[in-house]
Amino acid sequence: MCLGIPGKIIELYEANGMKMAKVDFGGVIQEVCMEYLPEARVGDYTIVHVGFGLSILDEQEAAETMELLRQVEAMAEEAGS
Amino acid sequence: MRYVDEYRDAGLTQKLLAEIRKTVTRPWTIMEVCGGQTHSIIKSGLDQMLPPEITLIHGPGCPVCVTPLELVDKAIAIASRPEVIFASYGDMVRVPGSGRDLFSVRAAGGDVRIVYSPLEAVEIARRNPEKTVVFFAIGFETTAPANAMAVLQARAQGLKNFAVLVSHVTVPAAIRALMDSPEVRVDGFLAAGHVCTVMGYWEYEPLAAQYHIPIVVTGFEPVDILNGMLTCVRLLESGRAEVRNAYGRSVRREGNVAAQAVIRQVFEMTDRAWRGIGVIPMSGYRLRAEFAEFDAEQRFPQVQAIATHESPLCISGLVLQGLRRPDECPAFGKECTPQSPLGATMVSSEGACAAYYRYGRRHER
Repeated sequence: MCLGIPGKIIELYEANGMKMAKVDFGGVIQEVCMEYLPEARVGDYTIVHVGFGLSILDEQEAAETMELLRQVEAMAEEAGS
Repeated sequence: MRYVDEYRDAGLTQKLLAEIRKTVTRPWTIMEVCGGQTHSIIKSGLDQMLPPEITLIHGPGCPVCVTPLELVDKAIAIASRPEVIFASYGDMVRVPGSGRDLFSVRAAGGDVRIVYSPLEAVEIARRNPEKTVVFFAIGFETTAPANAMAVLQARAQGLKNFAVLVSHVTVPAAIRALMDSPEVRVDGFLAAGHVCTVMGYWEYEPLAAQYHIPIVVTGFEPVDILNGMLTCVRLLESGRAEVRNAYGRSVRREGNVAAQAVIRQVFEMTDRAWRGIGVIPMSGYRLRAEFAEFDAEQRFPQVQAIATHESPLCISGLVLQGLRRPDECPAFGKECTPQSPLGATMVSSEGACAAYYRYGRRHER
């Protein structure tokens, strides 16, 4: 139940007074409530949980972390392990 | 898929494992709190690839598993009523009550419907004004924003035939209860990345200081979990009891402030019973008094004192506290299987017993 899935926002709209989005999960499109992400924009990736967007994935942060992890990789290789 | 595939990279996984092996010098017991992480760990086999110094134990973060038997029985009693449509997250319908489960209520003619989002339950209520729609609002802080919004939506739409049966629990209270238990020995925690997406991680900072344990906010893919593990091992090896965020692409220290505001608007903190563990003070949410009209327990007062009966064979309470591994249970895979479960931990997609069964872990480690 806590396995939120990342998907890409392809459309934003309103329904029943709530901010909603169509979100693409690798080709499967779902309607998602975006009330908790007022800053969301089309093209953002969001973590969706029981039909609600809970965060916008931070692209820069993700890139920096991946870079750091790849440095671990380089260090491990230098150490011969 | 972006933000998924690169975090399952086998090469990077191996390198992170090598770095953990290089870093660790002493035995450490690390608990992953979240059942979603448990499944990811067992499915990817990370538990079998870690160095022998690291003992990984599985925590209580399976919302279906800790929902108390009394509430499951109440749900079954309410769902059996002819005027009720009972809506639930899918995992909950196979969880055994004292006598039967919600699935068997449906088989006996009850109107039990599985919904993905609580907003679907609100929509069912709107379309069925002659019925009372009861939604089983369970979960940790991850489902609380959705469940709270469903109540607000029902009120905004003027629905008088919608109610929620609330069983909400919170992670920091569980960590406190585990650390206060004389039997449980945990050196460090991997905190649940999506709970922290909602709540942030500031509330873990006093816990880390008080119990002198590192707590690392961790994601769900293999690379995320190993990154959290490596961060935790580095903190342990250097004797630092700090909170770190190893899931920065989704989690900010303050969390999702808008979601927290709606949780606080609809719910308030209360003592909660955890199935298999017992009552933990101030460990969950209940509806605030101003939302009493949406409280299924008040709407069905006749469904109150139910004599509960737990299987005497089931040790899920010990499993949920990390005191036993699922495969150490004598009933595991024998009397108890996902097809015929004795306890909720064998049912849920986040239950540790279900993970061990599904991915074939039997006395291998």
